[in-house]
Amino acid sequence: MVLDAKIPGGPLAEKWTQHRFDLKLVNPANKRKYNIIIVGTGLAGASAAASLAELGYNVDAFSYHESPRRAHSIAAQGGINAAKNYPNDGDSIFRLFYDTIKGGDYRSREANVYRLAEVSNAIIDQCVAQGVPFAREYGGLLDNRSFGGAQVSRTFYARGQTGQQLLLGAYSAFARQMKAGKVRFHPRHEMLDLVLVDGHAKGIITRNLINGEIRSYAADAVILASGGYGNVFFLSTNAMASNATAIWRAYKKGAYFANPCFTQIHPTCIPLSSEHQSKLTLMSESLRNDGRVWVPKKKGDSRAPNDIPEEERDYYLERIYPSFGNLVPRDVASRRAKEMCDTGHGVGPTGLAVYLDFEDVIGRKGKQWVSDKYGNLFDMYQQITGENPYEVPMRIYPAVHYTMGGLWVDYNLMSTVPGLFVLGEANFSDHGANRLGASALMQGLADGYFIIPYTIGDYLAKHPHGKTDTNQESFKTTTREVEEKLNQLLAVDGSQTVDDIHKELGRILWEYVGMARNREGLEKALKLIPQLRETFWKEVKVPGTAKELNPELEKAGRVADFLELGELMARDALHREESCGGHFREEYQTEENEALRDDEKFAYVAAWEFQGTGEPAKLHKEVLIFENVELTTRSYK
Amino acid sequence: MQVFLKVWRQADAKSEGQFVTYTVENVTEDMSFFEMLDMLNNQLVLKGKEPIAFDHDCREGICGTCGLFINGRAHGPLRGITTCQLHMRSFDDGANIVVEPWRAEAFPVIKDLIVDRTAFDRIISAGGYISVNTGGVPDANTIPVPKPKADEAFDAATCIGCGACVATCKNSSAMLFVAAKVSHLALLPQGQVERKQRALNLVAAMDMEGFGACTNTGACEIECPKEISIVHIARLNREFLKASLL
Ligand SMILES: Cc1cc2nc3c(=O)[nH]c(=O)nc-3n(C[C@H](O)[C@H](O)[C@H](O)COP(=O)(O)OP(=O)(O)OC[C@H]3O[C@@H](n4cnc5c(N)ncnc54)[C@H](O)[C@@H]3O)c2cc1C
Ligand code: SF4
Ligand code: FES
Repeated sequence: MVLDAKIPGGPLAEKWTQHRFDLKLVNPANKRKYNIIIVGTGLAGASAAASLAELGYNVDAFSYHESPRRAHSIAAQGGINAAKNYPNDGDSIFRLFYDTIKGGDYRSREANVYRLAEVSNAIIDQCVAQGVPFAREYGGLLDNRSFGGAQVSRTFYARGQTGQQLLLGAYSAFARQMKAGKVRFHPRHEMLDLVLVDGHAKGIITRNLINGEIRSYAADAVILASGGYGNVFFLSTNAMASNATAIWRAYKKGAYFANPCFTQIHPTCIPLSSEHQSKLTLMSESLRNDGRVWVPKKKGDSRAPNDIPEEERDYYLERIYPSFGNLVPRDVASRRAKEMCDTGHGVGPTGLAVYLDFEDVIGRKGKQWVSDKYGNLFDMYQQITGENPYEVPMRIYPAVHYTMGGLWVDYNLMSTVPGLFVLGEANFSDHGANRLGASALMQGLADGYFIIPYTIGDYLAKHPHGKTDTNQESFKTTTREVEEKLNQLLAVDGSQTVDDIHKELGRILWEYVGMARNREGLEKALKLIPQLRETFWKEVKVPGTAKELNPELEKAGRVADFLELGELMARDALHREESCGGHFREEYQTEENEALRDDEKFAYVAAWEFQGTGEPAKLHKEVLIFENVELTTRSYK
Repeated sequence: MQVFLKVWRQADAKSEGQFVTYTVENVTEDMSFFEMLDMLNNQLVLKGKEPIAFDHDCREGICGTCGLFINGRAHGPLRGITTCQLHMRSFDDGANIVVEPWRAEAFPVIKDLIVDRTAFDRIISAGGYISVNTGGVPDANTIPVPKPKADEAFDAATCIGCGACVATCKNSSAMLFVAAKVSHLALLPQGQVERKQRALNLVAAMDMEGFGACTNTGACEIECPKEISIVHIARLNREFLKASLL
């Protein structure tokens, strides 16, 4: 199959406008005849559900959470970008586009990224109209701050709880459509498979997590907005239940998986403290606006941070990158932190941390100013570490945070399975090999509010509605497959818990498919992961039955999928013989230890096609064509 | 350190529940309360026993999924945090810890420590929003909001919908939760158009879900992990009164 991204012709700035005109429309009176399934009600899913319901479509929305407000989007702290140029500091749609393409190290599609920048302003308008309480200046207008990878202030924020406020906004619009009867919400329902009819996505199989009931749902199109897969590493900043099952089962039904190895390791997280730790906590990148990153110049210096005099500190980001300083993109900041620790400058009990210091800004602006801006983050830090960051510098270390990879989608956000659309972090679309801060919220809401409402109409208008029902054979066979898989998991009855095996997978991935990768390590991972998968299917112990609320069974199904996905990540990382963004191959670096891209060979999206579990996936390439930006080596010096 | 747990176990909504005791060894101070439960559950699974079901997700105090009654207090002994933010350093070696689910008629137990809080969603869908469709809204900066108002609205909007206010209230009232939403939107210019109807609709929905009446004990404010003030309840009362008079 040839990968056709369906990028519209014409000049970059006019593509979306022209495309919207070219898309077919569904007659307003006909919209109510169409049913749409949406899996996931985070920012992307909830905004899509509300917007599609407002247009008149009937939406069935599913979440394994008890409420849309629990989705992982709620945890986003720092902010959301838009090209409003309110601060008058030189921002524009083109600059936001340019920064995003460059930040992604030239591994994303120009047309998609431009569209994202183009609709960004409308997102802010929409959220304000919904009552999202963004931070404001004394004059009553909206405040902005700067974020990594940009030299303009374009980030809108709501204290350190931007994701929460945006999600509550989308949730309120969603709730309004529940009341109107246009959205039927199915809480605590997990999608366990996708159903195809004549090659088109026409339904899903779900498990009711409360009583275990397996049910089929049919529709005219299916949207996945199921979030990212960072939890494949076990330890990440993602919520505990975040998982890949929805997209992974779709992959096994024919949707291609794009750039699985592009993982973002966030530079500012609270370091690991014990082996029992269940997750890692992010300290928003916005802290890098005012905090200064440093390590002791002397190796293995064990003095308390406040006892180390100024001249014996190495503010290494400011030193290496004088123009961006502490605000270099995430991949660069993470790798440099690792390098400092690898060379013996790390701090704290494990030596796997660097300092993020607020002494300067507290001196300049006062404690109150800092607490107004970052209060909740400081409290959170103190709660977890027992240390007071107003007095002692924070200790931070990189952690898995975001997955740029995801299901491949065309310009219309449709996957390689007709009728299956993918939104938000679950798709691979806009961030290339590295996502800039405050751009995921923007993308999720762009997809849900302003893109899918147009593009899904084109698909629906071209395909007659209402021909599917759950009595069709494919629903029955898929249901049987789902039930068999659940029974298999319960039948193993081995001697290791799901978590034990998941932790082991995480260790393998962090070691060999983490912040720095090389051929030898990746080949090793490709041996170890299938072995671990075998162990899982021989040794896992899942108590209870499938007919009741059974959290261990839920986890087991998700980890079974992670054990397959991890292998694909390693394979993708091995094949990409270059370094770009979050994908750093040690063999490919400049003399200054920066990522060395190979645009001749690798300026493409790697889209993988499932060939059977344990079989190597088949690679398809979508060549990236750059007509509006010049491919340069990123420099933040 | 070691701790002695007394945990509420209940197979499902229909079954009777009971307390079961567990001794957990090798607990360390830097473990979170949930990591201690994870460890216990891991041991239970290996022994072929059923692990304790409890709700959690973000584990950083923002999703509102978690909520345990610990030694008679919602979200445990500390103020201003959720259960997932509680660490074992807050307990002494050898501590006895009683762990229960939220108890309220409007929050039926689903299993063990997990309760059903979908009543909150139904309250919000009764009018906890500003009725705007996607698209066609004015430029964001055409709606100035005085900073103090915006900040106060934010203080209310920060509610995570955990239900601790209900669980801790002797009347099982959801006033703080409802007040937070009404207050958030009533303070903003965008929320003015539907202001009155919103107050009436949300209060009606709350009553219908079987939450109790508020008698101003103020217990909710003390246990609210986001420290939402009962000043918002006073505002809700005013809003409701004004709306009912017209
Ligand atoms: C700690 C943290 C801070 C962040 N801060 C920022 C920030 O400041 N700015 C920014 O731009 N980005 C930030 N991000 C990234 C951003 O929050 C996420 O990328 C984004 O919110 C993802 O939204 P989503 O709608 O795609 O998915 P999610 O919000 O993860 O929602 C997924 C939904 O899918 C459902 N689901 C998944 N699988 C299934 C299934 N099989 N069956 C049924 N339902 C399913 C879930 O129940 C949920 O409703 C942050 C991320 C983290 C981890
Ligand atoms: S008001 Fe406070 S206690 Fe009540 S639901 Fe909201 S955050 Fe929880
Ligand atoms: S688990 Fe999210 S608030 Fe506790």
